[in-house]
Amino acid sequence: MIRLIAMRELRSLFTLPSTWLIFAALQFVFAWFFLARLEAFLEVQPQLAQLANPPGVTVTVAAPMFQTIALLLMMLTPMYTMRLIAEERRNQTLPLLLSAPLSEFHIVLGKFLGMLVFLVALSASVPLMLYSLALGTSLDHGLMLANLIGLLLLTASFTALGLYISALTAQPVIAAIGALAALVGLWLADIGASAPDSPWHAISPLGRFQNFNAGLLDSSDALFFVLFSGVFLLLTIRRLHNNRIYG
Amino acid sequence: MSDTAPEITLSARKLTRCFGNQKIIHDVSLTLRRGEVLGLLGHNGAGKSTTMQMLTGCLLPDSGDIEICGIDLLRQPILAKKHLGYLPETPPLYRELCVDDYLTFAARLRGIENGKVAAALAQAKQRSGLDAVGGKIISTLSKGYQQRVGIAQAIVHNPEVVVLDEPTVGLDPAQIRDIRALIRELGDRSSVILSTHLLGEVESLCDRVEIMQKGRLIYGDTTAALSNYGGEPGRLEENFIRITERETATAATIAEDGK
Repeated sequence: MIRLIAMRELRSLFTLPSTWLIFAALQFVFAWFFLARLEAFLEVQPQLAQLANPPGVTVTVAAPMFQTIALLLMMLTPMYTMRLIAEERRNQTLPLLLSAPLSEFHIVLGKFLGMLVFLVALSASVPLMLYSLALGTSLDHGLMLANLIGLLLLTASFTALGLYISALTAQPVIAAIGALAALVGLWLADIGASAPDSPWHAISPLGRFQNFNAGLLDSSDALFFVLFSGVFLLLTIRRLHNNRIYG
Repeated sequence: MSDTAPEITLSARKLTRCFGNQKIIHDVSLTLRRGEVLGLLGHNGAGKSTTMQMLTGCLLPDSGDIEICGIDLLRQPILAKKHLGYLPETPPLYRELCVDDYLTFAARLRGIENGKVAAALAQAKQRSGLDAVGGKIISTLSKGYQQRVGIAQAIVHNPEVVVLDEPTVGLDPAQIRDIRALIRELGDRSSVILSTHLLGEVESLCDRVEIMQKGRLIYGDTTAALSNYGGEPGRLEENFIRITERETATAATIAEDGK
């Protein structure tokens, strides 16, 4: 059932021409960022070569690229998650799911996984571009892997938050604005907090991604993302259940 | 007598429901037997749709029990809902999908195995008159066809209980005739509860009638009995109005006495 709901989300997304247009435009943007980073690296490479311990292409091209993708995903995810439940409410299609033999858990997890698969597919070209560098040089696979895991966990946390806010309203635009405000708010609070022990650093997904971006696999960061996503998924399940209680 | 009575497919006992401090549904009890079409009649705001939402698990009652084919809907919702098909007042259609894709999703959602989906789809489309539009996007269909798609999703898994909330509202006379023929056919195989305020619909489709007013069931009998109510046969509309007005007058007298 979870797979069925996830597949329907994907099917609905890909029946919209706008999805294909945005998909294509984003691939162009990703490629442009990649080539810009690569060109900058090639320009400074002679100077870097004179250093005793020069940074490699993974640190100078891949890591900043992942950082950019993380910021782009923060702005993109609410545009896609806004539809997940708010549109079901607006179009009055929720009774189809609520009267079917499945639980709120199936509905929420199906929608979450469908959206996560879509966002992973959307950004899948980035690691492919970066791994193409392996044809001409050697890559730091540890740093690449840390970034890939971090990006996946970050995307999951953005999706879970967006899904929850989508469950709070019947207006997809309000859901998008709400999710974007929450994500940007957490990010700004993180970069604006000057004290190193500020709690804002601890609860900001983008702040937590920095360790992954630097190649550091910290279990507390991974646990944060799992908890962050889990809490918002549980809140979404609770919200859908309240739909049956309060109407 | 009871040995030969058809099996009870839906039983609701003493359903109550409040929204905020206001009690909307008061002790509603219903039973439905196999092969029966039950008409839920009432003015706008009588509580028909709320009752139907409770019968289909979309809304939880504050108190009371619901059994679908002997399975408790509140304790075992997933099991009970397998025997249920529901068409809400607004058909729950994913308008960006084509009819076949939508019905395939609805069939899989109701637990039909992959190998049996094609046969279930063919049967539902044939019964709903959708054979010619399987490949069409739902948003491009007329309102009548969209309503048929809504009914097809409710019957694609051959449920024992079909709940239809105002299935002919907004349709033209030809579409109404077709949908009524389909509901009659459904009533031969399963049990159907249908909410409406069209008395002609009740007369032509329903074996039994329950009249709701202000969240209460105020009358329940066969369609023929309603038609002959008060010794005036064949005047369904007048009899319906007499029953609801009598109830309003009784409620006013009680309120007056209370003062």
